[in-house]
This record gives sequence, C-alpha cells and structure tokens, in this order.
Amino acid sequence: MSYVIEGSTGPWEIVVGLEVHAQVISNSKLFSGASTLFGGEPNTHVSLIDAGFPGMLPVINRGCVAQAVRTGLGLKARINLESRFDRKNYFYADLPQGYQISQFAHPIIGEGKIEIELSDGSTREIGITRLHLEQDAGKLMHDQDPKRSFVDLNRAGVALMEIVSEPDIRTPEEAGAYLRKLRQILRYLGTCDGNMDEGSMRADVNVSVRKAGEPFRTRCEIKNVNSIRFVTQAIEIEAARQVEIWESGGEVDQETRLFDPGRGETRSLRSKEDAHDYRYFPDPDLLPLVIEQSWVDQLKACLPELPDEKRARLQKEYGITAYDAGVLVAEQAIADFYETVAKGRDGKSAAAWMTGDFFAALNRTGKSIEESPVGADKLGAMLDLIADGTINGKIAKEVLETMFETGEAPLEIVERKGLRQVTDTGAIEKAADEVLTKNADKLEQYLGGKDKLFGFFVGQVMKATQGKANPAMVNEILKKKIHG
Amino acid sequence: MSLDPATTRRIARLARIGLDDQETEAVRTQLGGILGWIEILNEVEVEGVPPMVGTSMNAALPQREDIVTDGDCQEKVLSNAPDRAGPFFTVPKVVE
Repeated sequence: MSYVIEGSTGPWEIVVGLEVHAQVISNSKLFSGASTLFGGEPNTHVSLIDAGFPGMLPVINRGCVAQAVRTGLGLKARINLESRFDRKNYFYADLPQGYQISQFAHPIIGEGKIEIELSDGSTREIGITRLHLEQDAGKLMHDQDPKRSFVDLNRAGVALMEIVSEPDIRTPEEAGAYLRKLRQILRYLGTCDGNMDEGSMRADVNVSVRKAGEPFRTRCEIKNVNSIRFVTQAIEIEAARQVEIWESGGEVDQETRLFDPGRGETRSLRSKEDAHDYRYFPDPDLLPLVIEQSWVDQLKACLPELPDEKRARLQKEYGITAYDAGVLVAEQAIADFYETVAKGRDGKSAAAWMTGDFFAALNRTGKSIEESPVGADKLGAMLDLIADGTINGKIAKEVLETMFETGEAPLEIVERKGLRQVTDTGAIEKAADEVLTKNADKLEQYLGGKDKLFGFFVGQVMKATQGKANPAMVNEILKKKIHG
Repeated sequence: MSLDPATTRRIARLARIGLDDQETEAVRTQLGGILGWIEILNEVEVEGVPPMVGTSMNAALPQREDIVTDGDCQEKVLSNAPDRAGPFFTVPKVVE
C-alpha cells in the first residue's frame, strides 16, 4: 500500500527509520548490582556506580548480554562475538556520570530483519541495522517545586537495547506494524516487556521526504514518542511539514524535534547552537566484550518458538486460516490457551469460538486472557458438548455467556437450565406438525415456489423447542413432512 | 598543532567550563602544548596494526551474574548532594 503526499509540485514519498529503546528485563543493572525494580523509594535502587561517584568501576551483567544475544537471534541478526563499549559524553541532570556507556562503532548485534504484515494482508521485510547495549538515564520530576527539578536515579544504569531499523519504512502504517511486531518478538523472547505507556519501550522516529527515485533528503529525528498511535501521527505531521518547506523553496534542517500530540505538531527541541557533539571514545574502564559461539548456540537452542514460526505451525497443525493464526499468536498466553483448547479437538471450531464469542466476552468484561473466568479446560469441555451433540451451536453461545457470569462448568449449566439438545425424533416431529398446521397459508406459498419460507419453518420449530432442537434433524424432518 | 580561540571556547563550552578571554588564551596555549606533545605519536608507523583497545592484551572483560548485590544506600548516594529535597537530588529547573 503506497503512501504519498500530494504537494503542489507533485507526489512525495516518505522515508522512515525507527530507533527503539527497549528496557532489558533483568534483575540488576547493566554495570552495577543495584536492583532494576520499578517503583522503589527514590534513590534506593542505586549503587555508587550508578550515582557516578568517582573511582567506581563498572562490571558488566552477563544476564543483560544474554538478553541482547537472545533478541539478536530473534531478529535473525548477526551476533558479534566481539563488541565494545564507548562513552557518549553530554551533560544532563539525569546522567550523573556525565556520559552514557553505549556501543558506538562495535555493537553486539549487527544486521537482521523483521517481517511485518499490513492490513491488506501483504507482507514486507524491514531491515534491522544494529542492536546495541547502553545505560538508561535517571528520572527528572519537574512538577514538585517551582524552581527546582527533582532527580531520582533508580532507573539510571538499567540496561537498554537500542534497536535501529534501516530507513525501509514507507508508510505510517508500516511504522506501526513494525513496532507491533518488534514488541511481540521482544515479549515472546522475554527480553523486554514492551510497555510503551510505562516507558519501557520508546521510539525515536527519523523522517524525511523525497520525490520518487531520488536519493534521501535531510531527515529530522522526532525523539521519545511513547505510543504506536503517536508514532504514526508524528510521521504524518512531520512529513507534511517537510513537504511544505521544500515546496516553498526552503531547506529542511537536520535536527531533533519533539512531537506534541495535543497541538498536533512537531517542534524543534534544540537550537543548532546547542547541537550535540558527543565526543564518543572507547570506555577505558571496559575491555572489549568477547562471547563464545558455543554460548550463543546454547542460548539459541533455548529460544522459545517465535510468532512467525508459531503462526505457521498452528496453521499446519490445526488447519486454521492465516488470519485466525495471526490473531491467536498475538500474545503467547493466547496461543497457549488456544492450543490447550484445540488439542484433541477440532482446531477450526476452537479457533472460531476463541476469536469470536470468547474474545467478545473478554472484551465486554474488560479482562485479559490470564484473568478469564472461563479457562481453557472449560471452553474445551463446551466444545465437547457441541461435538457430541449435547447442545447445538446456538445454545452454546448462551452457555458460554453463563460460564463467564458464574464460572460454572458447561455441563452443569446445561443440566441446571435444561438446555440439552432435543434429538428425540418424536418431539421434533410433533413441533413440526404444529408449525405446519398453524401456518397452512405459508405452506401453500412455499409449495407455490417461495423457497425462502423453508427457513421460516425451521425457525418456528427451533422456537417451539426453545432453541434446543438439533438443527440438522429439524431440517430433515421438515423436508420429509412437506415433500413426503 | 595550535588551537584557534573559537575551538578552545567550543571545547570549554562542551565541558561546561566558563572562560573569560584571558583564561581562554591561557588554556589555548596549554592545550596546544599538550596536543603538540601527543602529535609525536603520529611518527609511529601503525600501518596494518589494529587499534589498541586496552592495556592488558590477554585479559577478557570480567562479567557478573544477574543478581542484586548493591543499592539500598540512599544516604550514601545523597551524601554529596548540595541541595537535596527529602529522598531526591535537586537541580535548577530543567524543562525542555
């Protein structure tokens, strides 16, 4: 699906690359033994290393390195067995060391790729340039005092993975799909929780525009966008701004900008005067990080099944559609739930019930799959009742709804409410006779060629049996009675 | 190599050091001397020699396990804070 901005000088295409900062799931920080737990008392999860005390030496956390390697493997990326750490120098109140330890020229992970899927069902591959490890900064609070900002260093030194994409993204929708897919992979891997609203995943968005076939033009970087919706909005707004500048004869400045969702605009964050010169240099406190191929292989052998593979397997193993499989692998917990339900049962029917009435009920009650009052075993038991003819599909909807309300087992509900499917030929024949007698006029019309009325008779018989009749039997009996 | 005054002022600004004109000139001369001394290294033939990244050629980067062994020392962390507010450091207001 192409996205163009129609300018006065013709169509423009957009070029977007994303830098995602993903907080690593670990117990302790990247270079210190302080806890990474969120929400502690201010300045308690802080070591003297994190606070930038002189003479303190950083020691790297092997767990964080493993998380970066796992993520690299999940992104089908090159793992660099030797990487290095550099100091990125700048002064800011949330950075007590005066520099961030990062990886500049030699990141731990090299080129990889992510396959994204778009709303029209097409797929595209987006290149990953690199992934490197670096330290997070502390937190500033500006609303506590009229003249001062308060500093909490609990987050300072927590490991971040900066994941940089190639400038392969061409539409706002692709940017959203890329972020969703990346977040899904990180969650499957257990390397980042991907919560953008809590700041554990943040995106910097690089945007430029060009005429088709041109080389890249100057880009702007929109910093720290904290939701997928804002990312797509920021791209649209920034691209339109740049088109306007080029078309009015101006020049886009390469600069850092901020997206203000309230005003629906991006604005310059730092004046050129203050343009950052980070003066990267190798951190003299840290030797090159060397990891063994055998360890990488070990980590690879223990990776969980990732979304793309799981989706392909579910399609194959349970005979479900690509679309249903995509919905079911959105989260690992959903896929696990589905597999418990589908195991030993009809996979298609399990998928239809889960993506249909079951998800609808979850949505209605505002519950996540983990909080579902109806567990996989109970949903499975309900499918069994349909399969063995105890209830029909229509009654099953009612049973499922009651299951959500009371948490009862499906068979209990069926017994208590007397919902067993009527498969007694006599009872159905009796109901059919009554319906046909009562609607003799309609029967005549039907026999006169109004075929659609057959559905009416079926409906009436179902109604007469409170929806409990076996629909196939109703069909059969009615046909026999009408046509002899 | 000698530094020009503009570069000297730029370096000072990046380091957040305020210099008047007289100080700038003094620092410029001093830094120029240091740079000149370091430039002796340019005479060394390094063709085909990989950049040195540490002084101990055979040592590997030591690594720790992912366990919590540090922190919970709020008072020590805040002990040098010139203007603390309860459990926080404070700085003159910075809002972008």
